[in-house]
Formats: sequence, structure tokens, C-alpha cells
Amino acid sequence: MGRITLERVAKRFAEVEVIPPLDLEIEDGEFVVFVGPSGCGKSTLLRLIAGLEDVSAGTIRIDGQDATGMPPAKRGLAMVFQSYALYPHMTVRKNIAFPLRMAGIAAEEQERKVTAAAEVLNLTAYLDRRPGQLSGGQRQRVAIGRAIVREPKAFLFDEPLSNLDAALRVGMRIEISQLHNRLKTTMVYVTHDQVEAMTMADKIVVLNAGRIEQVGSPLELYRAPRNRFVAGFIGSPRMNFIEGDEAARHGAAAIGIRPEHIAVSTAGGLWRGTVGVSEHLGSDTFFHVNGTGLAEAITVRAGGEVNLHHGDAVWLTPEADKIHRFDREGLRLA
Amino acid sequence: MATAHARGAARVMLSPAVVVLLLWMIVPLGMTIWFSFQRYGLLSGMPPEWTGLTNYRYFLTDPAFFTSIKNTLSLVGGVLAITVVGGILLALLLDQAFWGQGIVRVLVIAPFFVMPTVSALVWKNMFMNPVNGLFAYVAKLFGAPPFDFLAQAPMFSIIVIVAWQWLPFATLILLTALQSLDSEQLEAAEMDGAGWLSRFVHIMLPHLTRAITVVILIQTIFLLSTFAEILVTTNGGPGTATTNLTYLVYAQSLLQFDVGGGAAGGIVAVILANIVAIFLMRMIGKNLEA
Repeated sequence: MGRITLERVAKRFAEVEVIPPLDLEIEDGEFVVFVGPSGCGKSTLLRLIAGLEDVSAGTIRIDGQDATGMPPAKRGLAMVFQSYALYPHMTVRKNIAFPLRMAGIAAEEQERKVTAAAEVLNLTAYLDRRPGQLSGGQRQRVAIGRAIVREPKAFLFDEPLSNLDAALRVGMRIEISQLHNRLKTTMVYVTHDQVEAMTMADKIVVLNAGRIEQVGSPLELYRAPRNRFVAGFIGSPRMNFIEGDEAARHGAAAIGIRPEHIAVSTAGGLWRGTVGVSEHLGSDTFFHVNGTGLAEAITVRAGGEVNLHHGDAVWLTPEADKIHRFDREGLRLA
Repeated sequence: MATAHARGAARVMLSPAVVVLLLWMIVPLGMTIWFSFQRYGLLSGMPPEWTGLTNYRYFLTDPAFFTSIKNTLSLVGGVLAITVVGGILLALLLDQAFWGQGIVRVLVIAPFFVMPTVSALVWKNMFMNPVNGLFAYVAKLFGAPPFDFLAQAPMFSIIVIVAWQWLPFATLILLTALQSLDSEQLEAAEMDGAGWLSRFVHIMLPHLTRAITVVILIQTIFLLSTFAEILVTTNGGPGTATTNLTYLVYAQSLLQFDVGGGAAGGIVAVILANIVAIFLMRMIGKNLEA
């Protein structure tokens, strides 16, 4: 079981309110991702759940039990840190066994659990090495191994992939998702990378300045962002925002349209502009179209084979049913 | 320094410094070795003459020699034990956040800047003196007879004085080491269920081993040649109770005016120091590799 409930949880550092009172429900077995720009309080929120920071107000319940004042070790949660936080003077085996040793578990039992965890994570060959002799991805796996052996109620991940290179990050992302499928344990994952959030989460919590902007499945957030912040944060490249007369024509203060929902044509269309920068990714091409008079630049996704050059005149046509409308406060209009 | 040309030029440029340093070391060492084989007493009025190993035989069979070796070892060992243990405790204390942290840290470092002769005199006259000393005053306050530290426990007193001077050094090195410990490691250990003592034993202490070996190495080098504190407090006495090897060499050559005997003692000291150095370097080398 691993059901975590936050009730009116708030955090203040001296006079600065980092997290205003918020409520959140994390169901058993869910993969929840906290996502938001740096400094939005997502790591603080995770540390509150872990018990590494004291809450200023509110209640944290784990499986219905009040855990607000409980020390971290008693909460039955395991955490994977951004820096991995492996113990450099211990071998991989000792690192993974450390929580078991602290719990006073018999040596044979320790050995059995460490071996099992090492097999799951493909670490068997490295058990007698020290963290310093491992690559970034292997260290990450050791950190996860140390979390797994405790058989926690929930795993907490604090930006675990941000120290890895791009290729490894994609690999580890899949490994963590597979691990979740196999263990079916609750996982709470903090990241600033919306791609990680979209690909891994059952439920995304978008945070901004300590407030929860929206909670929902990845596609809910993509299809129906509650406000401009979520609309701009989820999706890559960012959604285009257009204000002024064009927005007024749709009866809104601002409209948003994703790059993938705009058709490009050299023949004719709704909006006219010239190609500025083009980014060729092979599978896709992103054009930054200037001079439309609607916004500084409008980003458009086209197929990889579309060949337009700097200065070419193009016509853009948004898909009418994919236009998001926002009011003056930035809230979504139905 | 990639090309052969650059390497050659570098060698030429370096050579004056290397030659000067070599002479600086070789000439006094050579003269000391030369004198150690001479009968060369300043009081006899006789010209120096070759005596072979006589000086060494006298120095090494002198009962004071064994006492001095023992004293040197207990001085070094005692001070190391106090400064390492005390330094760790002080570093743990100073690592906490408290009001006035900056000033307290400066105060802690202060003893290191006091000259050895001065601090030894202050300890001798203001603290340990059985008549005017602070300790005697406190003892009398409780109705106890004052304890004459330098007469009744001379070696212990000198260890305390020297340890007081070196404690700040150890504290400083260990504090910086402690502050370089990744706080996430401690948090991870906390999540893993380690209490404070377990965190200290399993995380902090292993992190400090490198700093501890550095403290031991540097202090041993300096402590082997402790001299000023002994000269101004006990003069090596009572008897030879606080005579270490350095002080014995001094007594031989400058109190008995026996240049040859002093030189022989100096060479023995150099050999012993090198033996210690070899052991230390091995120990440290192992620790610094890991």
C-alpha cells in the first residue's frame, strides 16, 4: 500500500511562503510526476513528503495514518536523490545493503535481497565495485537498488535523471517506467522536464510558485490545459499565444495554438508570414515564422521533408477545433 | 610542456632552483655527518680529530637516549590523540548553525597564531603555576591542595600545552572536510533509517579519514621537533622526564658543548624521522588512493 494524502500542507522558510496551503491525493500504485519551472517548490514538496523538511501547517497522511511529525525513516518511503547520494567508501553491495543493515536484518537475508535487487537492475557484475568506478547510469541504478531493497510504500525521485546525458536519460526513463510496471509501487517523481513528465506519469501535478496549477493525466493536460501557464508548460515546442484582434475574433483575451496544429502552405491560408529560423530534426521540421503581425514569432511543426528557406513567404492555417481560448486572467474558456 | 624542446628549456630554467635547494640540504647534512665522526668538544681546547663511531656509541648507549625516544613517542602520540579526537568533536560542534558562528570560529583558530614560547609561558605561569596559577586557585577554592603540574606530571603538562596549540589546526582541517560532505548523503542515510550515531560512524567518519590522515602527517612532522615548549617550561626535566630527542641533541651540543656528540645525535634523529616518514607515507598513500 502507498496512498499519500496532503491536507492543507504549507511550507514557510522564515517569512517567505514557499508553498501556500495545498491539497493533494496520491493513490496507491500511481506514478505521479511533480513538474514545474525551477524554484516552483516541487522539490520542497517532495522533501515535505519524505520528512526531510518539517511542514509549517497541514497534515500528511500515509495510508491514512498521520505521518506529519514522523521521522523520515519511520515513514516507509525510499528516496532517490539527484546526486544519487551513494556512500563513496562502500561497495555497491554495501550501499544497497545499508538500509537493511540499519534495520538490523540478518546477514543472509540481506545478501538474498541485495542479490535479488542487483539482478533486477543488472548490477550483479558490479557488486564489489565502489561508486567511483561506475558510470552515471550505473550509479543511478545503485541508488534505485538501495531504494528497492527496503520494499517501501512509495518511491520518491528527486530529479533523478538530470545528471545523465541525453541518450542515457531516455534509457533510464524507460527502465524506471518498466520498474513501476513490475513493482506496482507508488512513485512520486520530481522533474522540470515536461517530456519526462508526459512520458512517465499516470498523473501529472503542474506546480508554479508553490501552487498546484493543474492535476491530471498527461493527455488531459495536453488537451485541456486549465490556464495559460499549464498550456505553455506542457507540450514541446511551446504553444503559440496570440493576443489582440485575432483573439478577440474568437471571443477571448488570448488564444493558444500548438505548433503541431498549424498547417503550413506556400499557396494560401489564414495568416501570412515569412520563415525565420528553421530547425530540421529529420522526422519533423520546426519553422519560426515572423511578420504575421500576430505575435513575435509563431512556431509551426511540419513534416521532415518540407523544404522552406529563410525569407520564404508562407501561409499558416490553424486547426479550428484545436484552438485554446483564455480569458484576461489566463484561465481557459470552455 | 608538450614538445621535447619545451621540456629541455624547462629543465634549464629549473636547474638553478634545484641546485640551490640541493646545496641548501646537502651542505649542512654533510657537515653534520662530518662532525659526527670527530672528537670535537668546545671545552677541551683540543683540535678536532677523527674518532670513527665513538660519538654514536656514546649517544646510543646513553640511558637518556632511550628515555628521550620514549618521551618523543608519548609526546607525539598524546598530542595526536587529543587533537584528532578533540578536533573531530569541535568540528562537529562548529558545523552546527548558531548565532555568532563567525566570531566563534575566529576565536577557535586563535591559539594557532600564538607563538609556542609565548603560549608555553602563559600556560606555565598563569595556569599551571602552583602558587599563582588559575588551576591552583580553582583547587584552593574547593579546598584541595594545588597540584604542581610541571613537577608532578611534567610530560602530561607538556602534552596539554602542545595539544592546545595544535587543536585549532586539526579542527580547521576537519571542519572544512566535514563541510564538504554532501548533505544529500546524510539525508539518504537518514531515510535509510540511520540514527545520528550510525550516520557519524558510517558516513561522516569515513568521509573524514582523508583529512584525519593529513592532520596526522603534518602534525607528526612538526611534533617530532617540539622544542620551545620544553625549553621554557621544564628544561627537559625533572631529570630527563621531558627530554625528547630534539632536546637531547640540544643538551648534548649546547649545554655540554660536545659538537661531535650533538652531530651524532642529530644524524640519529634524522634517521629515526625518516623511518617514521616512510611508515606515514605508506599509510597516507594507501588512504589517499582510495
